[in-house]
Amino acid sequence: MSAETGSTDFHASSSKALLDPSLRANFRRAMDGLMAKRAAQFPDPVEWDALRTLAASIRARTLAKLPALLEALEARCTANGIRVHWAETVDDANEIVLGILRARGAARLVKGKSMVSEEMHLNDFLEKNGVESLESDLGEYIIQLDGETPSHIIMPAIHKSRQQIARLFGEKIRGAEYTEDVDALTATARRVLRRKFFEAEAGVSGVNIAVAETGTLVLVENEGNGRMSTHVPPVHIALMGIEKVVEKLEDVAPILTVLTRSATGQPVSTYLNLISGPRGPGEKDGPGEVHLVILDNGRSRIFADQEVAATLRCIRCGACMNYCPVYTRVGGHAYEAVYPGPIGSILTPQTEGLAKRHDLPHASSLCHACVEVCPVKIPITQILVTLRKESAHASPEFLVKGAGGGRDRLEDLAWWGWRMAHVSPLLYKAMSLGLRVFGPLLKGGAGPLKAWTQARTMPRRAPRTLHDLASEKGLPDA
Amino acid sequence: MKPEAVYFFGTCVVDLFFPEAGLAGIELLRREGVRVIFPRGQTCCAQPAFNCGHHAEARAVARVQIALFPRDLPVVVPSGSCAGMMRHHYPELFAGEPDEAAAIAFAGRVVELTQFLVNVLGVRLTDRGGPETVTWHSSCHGLREMGLEAEPKGLLAQLGNVRVAPLTRERECCGFGGTFSVRYPDISSAMVADKVADVVQSGASVVLSADAACLLNIGGALEKTGAAARPMHLAEFLWERTRER
Repeated sequence: MSAETGSTDFHASSSKALLDPSLRANFRRAMDGLMAKRAAQFPDPVEWDALRTLAASIRARTLAKLPALLEALEARCTANGIRVHWAETVDDANEIVLGILRARGAARLVKGKSMVSEEMHLNDFLEKNGVESLESDLGEYIIQLDGETPSHIIMPAIHKSRQQIARLFGEKIRGAEYTEDVDALTATARRVLRRKFFEAEAGVSGVNIAVAETGTLVLVENEGNGRMSTHVPPVHIALMGIEKVVEKLEDVAPILTVLTRSATGQPVSTYLNLISGPRGPGEKDGPGEVHLVILDNGRSRIFADQEVAATLRCIRCGACMNYCPVYTRVGGHAYEAVYPGPIGSILTPQTEGLAKRHDLPHASSLCHACVEVCPVKIPITQILVTLRKESAHASPEFLVKGAGGGRDRLEDLAWWGWRMAHVSPLLYKAMSLGLRVFGPLLKGGAGPLKAWTQARTMPRRAPRTLHDLASEKGLPDA
Repeated sequence: MKPEAVYFFGTCVVDLFFPEAGLAGIELLRREGVRVIFPRGQTCCAQPAFNCGHHAEARAVARVQIALFPRDLPVVVPSGSCAGMMRHHYPELFAGEPDEAAAIAFAGRVVELTQFLVNVLGVRLTDRGGPETVTWHSSCHGLREMGLEAEPKGLLAQLGNVRVAPLTRERECCGFGGTFSVRYPDISSAMVADKVADVVQSGASVVLSADAACLLNIGGALEKTGAAARPMHLAEFLWERTRER
């Protein structure tokens, strides 16, 4: 975010990110690894198509019944002993979490990974209210130590090199020596976190899938920290967006298989937690209380807008960012948003509004790499184009927040000129001739030409156009 | 079945910057005994305005093109991107408009050039050129909207004297993206710089693509950096190597 204006601008932040060669190398290397691992999991295009068609249809069916499924989820969870809380805004959600903690006098919290908690800026909020909130996912722990936000939704610390992490640990963790040995670094974090799990008075987690039929909260993870955060402290608070529900237990497996394979190239995650309620009578472990906070934060508005509602199919695998040539070059922080990359470029403008984030729908070359790998077939590029349209024009038909917020009169004029030159053969010919005569005089000094010529020579109109050549050859006109 | 005649939609970038590629595409078709009609006054598929969200302007331009290609003949396009626009996005662009049916009918007749050469005409090529190493850039819209991969590669494989040195990241975008290249010039420049480096490391003397817009971008960057490789549209390369002199 720009310090002077307080506004967000992907132009400035991405240009700045491009100047950092180590950042670019870190992302390139990491994304190459993730792409190779994912590709190895889907060797057969026919199987891939079948898997994603099934996953997409489950997500689409879920969204078609969303209000009813959420009510069913609430009823089923309540019957299971899970207390359900509804939050329209992130402020509401933060207050709910704080209220639960205050009622139990809890001042120490451990957290599993949760992107909804990032939307809420929960850690900052809790710190301000005197609650220690410690991230227990290794990547999240690293960036929390350094006062940063995630740069990737699955690999939050992917922008950091081993050396940077080694330095950070050496500086910030008492008793930690500088070492670049990954096992030693992991052991250091484990030593700190182990103690915290047992001291914590509450645990927070995200939710990958919530099953309406059974009131089950599904959580995938690889480090065991998710299980520790949800089972060891006496209170567990799960956070989810309204879109994470599915109808039946049998809907879970088809989603999980594309989720873990797309995200990290794993056929299954190391841990799979199915949480169906607090500790029952006679059970030896588990929290005494389980709370589920269901957050809207603009999702209902997306749900109501057929043009963009497919955005809510997302299962947060991160494959779109791994494959995005823009994300790979600028990294996640340049987006100045909770969700970076292609999914963020369609989600953030919808939740924050196009007046504020009309820069993001254009942050794509529309190469379709994200669409090709999305395991739930979100038409990301189509939604980007829709948002560009709704950003450039205000219309009562556009339901998106801040429609018309990116309108630029000069650009409107340019498109009017473009239209005139391309609807009239005569004007097109005049433009073509103009390019021939005046093109060589343009030195690429200003505006779009300057932008183009920073990396390329000026295009030169050919001496004779295809129209000229076709006439010379005597090709029929009709 | 081979049609007696086809329409040729040259695209604006080919018309203005790569006319030889357009003519080569026409000659490849005519050599197979197909009459090629080139409606004068054709301009642009309207993709630039469509992709930028200026759909009224895009529709106005698309409408003029549709009217120029009235007969029930294939519309052959030497660009995966423009073909993808006309074939897949015209129906969406005209949804709910009075001429929606005409747009859908037109879209159904649009075929990309190499797909027409291979899948409809089944061309067999005889290589008459000397040994040459080339590389292939699979343009994003051709690849991901039109499924263009087997056809251009199959045509290249028919040339006995041509070696194809693959790019390390053949499927990665060159950074053009229409107005993206001038809206986000730093990102676009970084992308095309990587593409140029990839072309150079391949050792190829020519970088081929079935999309002139990518060639405008990659070629301009090759020239700016003084690299020896030159850009060429696949149609022009195929025609130049196989025509009888």
